[in-house]
Amino acid sequence: MVDPSIVAASALHGLATGAVYALVALGLSLVYGVLHIVNFAHGSLLMLALYGVYFLHERLGLDPYLALPVLLPVAGLAGYALHRWVIAPAGGARDENVLLVTLGLALVLENLALVAFRSDTRTIETAYSFSMVALGPALLPLPKLVALLGSLVATLVLWAIVQKTDLGRAIRAVAREREAARLVGIDTRHAFALAFAIGTASSAVAACLLLPSYYVSPQVGHGFVLIAFTIVVLGGMGSFWGAFWGGLLIGVVESLGGLFLGESLGQIGIFAIFIAVLLFRPTGLLGRPL
Amino acid sequence: MNPAQGERAALVFLVLAAPLPWLVDSGTLVHFGIMVFQAATLGQAWNILGGMGGQFSFGHAAFFGAGAYTTAILQLRFGVDAWSGFFAAILAGAVVALVIGLASFRFGLRGSYFALVTLAFAEVLRILANTLEITGAGVGLLLPLAPGLERLQFADRRGYYLLALFLCAASLLVARAVAGSRLGARLVAVRENEEAASALGVDPFAVKMRAILLSGAMAASVGAFYVQYFLYLDPHIAFGPQVSVEALLGPIVGGPGTVAGPLAGAFLLQLLGEASRALAGGATGANLVVYGIVLILIVRFLPGGLAGLARARAERAGAGS
Repeated sequence: MVDPSIVAASALHGLATGAVYALVALGLSLVYGVLHIVNFAHGSLLMLALYGVYFLHERLGLDPYLALPVLLPVAGLAGYALHRWVIAPAGGARDENVLLVTLGLALVLENLALVAFRSDTRTIETAYSFSMVALGPALLPLPKLVALLGSLVATLVLWAIVQKTDLGRAIRAVAREREAARLVGIDTRHAFALAFAIGTASSAVAACLLLPSYYVSPQVGHGFVLIAFTIVVLGGMGSFWGAFWGGLLIGVVESLGGLFLGESLGQIGIFAIFIAVLLFRPTGLLGRPL
Repeated sequence: MNPAQGERAALVFLVLAAPLPWLVDSGTLVHFGIMVFQAATLGQAWNILGGMGGQFSFGHAAFFGAGAYTTAILQLRFGVDAWSGFFAAILAGAVVALVIGLASFRFGLRGSYFALVTLAFAEVLRILANTLEITGAGVGLLLPLAPGLERLQFADRRGYYLLALFLCAASLLVARAVAGSRLGARLVAVRENEEAASALGVDPFAVKMRAILLSGAMAASVGAFYVQYFLYLDPHIAFGPQVSVEALLGPIVGGPGTVAGPLAGAFLLQLLGEASRALAGGATGANLVVYGIVLILIVRFLPGGLAGLARARAERAGAGS
């Protein structure tokens, strides 16, 4: 019998990881909901952002959380440019073409990172890396707590952008009625690229929150991209709050799965959920368009 | 060049390539040929399902790895001979295809959803192989070196060259037979418009199941060959995403849905891969950077692949005369 306090601590850890997963998945979900494209390069973009945080810390001594204002505009611009000039022109009409282009992009980014940075796993050490915070019976590392709270805040900001700003309205209009949006004067290509930029920027936020308690390597995006897909599918492709709750759920499942089944087999729970949802409820748990 | 000419050119290429290692004494050439034939066979497997049938799999590693592990485990743990292991591997590929096909096609998964579910199946198998004792977990499996035709091992690498060439030619002939058959026509109909095909009396589920069974069995044979050639296997080699990517790259570049496409694509990609590795001073990943760029450029500018290019040229020439 496992001690309940260990289970509670493990669930709390899972919740913290899950909140970051949710943030990564929200970027993916936004891109899917608006553009109806499955972005395979999402994990690679997160990986690049993680390297960004890493080098800003190692070379310039910039705190990972303070790297956010630097990284956010860079990631946004990169996402905008990638969509406008690489993905959109090549994607064309077919679903599969976009899948292939983003797969190609993922291959390029990941392996460029491999050539440039080797396959070493890198971590950073900050003054607060090992500070612990007591939450009820459980101890949570401070960076994990920051990741949890930061992701929640970022999620709310993202929601406000999509729901409450003109930018968000334009993006939602384009998502729903492309032609009509164009007729009322919305530049659809611009709006699509902006949606992609926001998706990429949310990965950059996730990267800043993640690195103090995580690591970076050229392949780090792989795990995230599959987990993010699982969350997006679980929550319902394109559903905002679906992705959020899905993220928290997957984080907890992974953490508890690891506790009861062991580190390696614990991951199977995620994919089992993924396959089961795709087969039995492809619209997801909260399946409703954006 | 029309499709029939392409097929003939591919077969002639294989016939001419067969005696090459005995004419030119070069280990590099032999290894290069083996890699091309292996990639072409794997690509052909993907092509039947993805190219002809339009069902884009991102998880062909599931079949490749199932084949590789089946023969390796049978030989190591149960003392089965390599030939039986080879055929058992092909069967295992078909069984995995049956499971994945039943699961996804029964529920009508298409497009991106099918791609994602195949990827997830391959990942599940990778994690299982990484955990279970019978697969040697993360350490992998090492087959003892014991050359001999009855053990499907060759002291002379040219033996492997011929075996790989044979597999490649066989896959080409199978693909040609499929393309010219009712199944081929129905696959294309399902790819172009599933509803319309279904209205005309085609059973899309049955058609897709046949394609995935064939595709899985074929991909598994490549996995079994891999084990005989390298005598080593681990979860990442068998079920890693790079196998799935390799399976779809060749046909996409060469011309999805065409019989000659996978071989042409595999040849071009291996050539580019070797060149980029040499230019980057042997850095790992350099070849994959180039593959990614080629993939993006092909989708953007040449959606029909090399075969599409050849066809367009023939049409232009035809219009000019």
